[in-house]
Amino acid sequence: MKNHESRLSAIWNWLDERIGLAPAVSLARKKEVPVHKHSIWYYMGGMTLFLYLVQIATGILLLIYYRPSADEAYESVQFLMTDVKFGWLVRSIHHWAANLMIFMAFIHLFSVLFMKAYRPPRELTWFSGVILLVLALAFGFTGYLLPWNELAFFATRVGTEIVGVFPLVGDFALKIARGGTDVTGATLTRFYGVHVAILPAIAFLFLGLHLLLVQKLGMSVPPSIENSGSPKKAMKFVPNFFLRDAIGWLVAVALLATLAAFLPAHLGVKADPFAPAPAGIKPEWYFMFMFHQLKLLPAHILGIEGELVGVMAFALGGVFLFLIPFLDRNAARGKSSPMFTWIGIAVLAYILVMTYLGYTADPMG
Amino acid sequence: MSKPDRPTTESRRGFVNWLLGTSAGAFAVSALYPVVRFVVPPLEAESATSSVTLPFTPAEIGSNEGKPFRFGNRPGLLVRTPGGELRAFSAECTHLSCTVQYRTDESRIWCACHNGFFDLNGANVQGPPPRPLETYDVNVRGDQIVVSLRA
Repeated sequence: MKNHESRLSAIWNWLDERIGLAPAVSLARKKEVPVHKHSIWYYMGGMTLFLYLVQIATGILLLIYYRPSADEAYESVQFLMTDVKFGWLVRSIHHWAANLMIFMAFIHLFSVLFMKAYRPPRELTWFSGVILLVLALAFGFTGYLLPWNELAFFATRVGTEIVGVFPLVGDFALKIARGGTDVTGATLTRFYGVHVAILPAIAFLFLGLHLLLVQKLGMSVPPSIENSGSPKKAMKFVPNFFLRDAIGWLVAVALLATLAAFLPAHLGVKADPFAPAPAGIKPEWYFMFMFHQLKLLPAHILGIEGELVGVMAFALGGVFLFLIPFLDRNAARGKSSPMFTWIGIAVLAYILVMTYLGYTADPMG
Repeated sequence: MSKPDRPTTESRRGFVNWLLGTSAGAFAVSALYPVVRFVVPPLEAESATSSVTLPFTPAEIGSNEGKPFRFGNRPGLLVRTPGGELRAFSAECTHLSCTVQYRTDESRIWCACHNGFFDLNGANVQGPPPRPLETYDVNVRGDQIVVSLRA
């Protein structure tokens, strides 16, 4: 036993002399998380991160069987689901972890918004977070097409057509997105490359920046708590907070396994570019509010095509969301900013109502 | 002697920096240009289709019925109106380019994606579509239905 310990410490010392482990250890020991009545929201980012790691692991496994071409994609997923041992499990977990990850990212976003955690000096953390959310949605959009089924085909057709709505650059951007003028096998290979290589590389950079900033700046304490005297209590990150994180992750694994077993991912009907769009076509739930809004807009608003108005409004909404740290002057000065809380509540209510209407609307008009 | 020396070194340094900067810039452009051109897809041969003969006969489409067909590499829709007339349209919705279908219960053309309706002349009559469907000419030659672009 003694011998074993001394051998371990010898390895430790050898590494420490070469790469300097001691500062990392003291950093981890020093890291603390404030404890107050809103501390529960500090776990949401870590949960999103964990689900992203699940996506990387299951995604790499799916690469082994998936074939990115219009002739083979659907069949390769079918083979994976029916013949490959645990293929259904890996794909279903990838499907569910993707949905839960985006759900957690939204919870994380709104909790950060309501706790005003974007105020100085954490503006860059907010910016990188919004970019990561956009990347998550891009992951979802590109991944949705890969099984090459009917629903995905039309969702991609509509989704990329929206890119083409933008003035001036629209046509060009549409061609880049589709790899041609139509959604074809060229679109599939393009989306595949973006989904498995380009997005992960960009996400790696922004995730690195995001986590670095969280380490450097520590957890933000909401103004209401800060103004009533800084929180007296704090918790060690290692091991107290981290172990609580880990319990949450275990619950997530159990939930993923349950969802995968009882509600496995569907494959649907193979895409046929010449068949009409099926009734009840819908995008992934996180695009539903935008999809339903576009459905409700009239053909023309003030002489401009309705879809252009809708798409531009959503784009401006995104820019507004991104710039919140600069727009919320009161929070930046440490004052309370009820207006941004109300804007947050209004946006949340709008998304929830539109999503509900989207799912309850009569598909036959 | 030292006085005229200084500007010379500084302008020399400035020149070297300028040279380095423009070389770096030129290098970046020469590396990025092929990448950008690579990402832009090559021009597809424009579908030269101006007319197709449908793979079904006039007898196979009843009144108040719609049948999809291929017009080159684009989807088309042939409709026999309740009055018995044959009409052909591009099946690409003018809203966000989903493929439309004929609704027997409504006797109208419908896009399932965003609930757009077109009448039997292809006019956008309800929902978000901003323009009418493109219409094609239909000619029946014996057993054959020939659909062609409007001249």
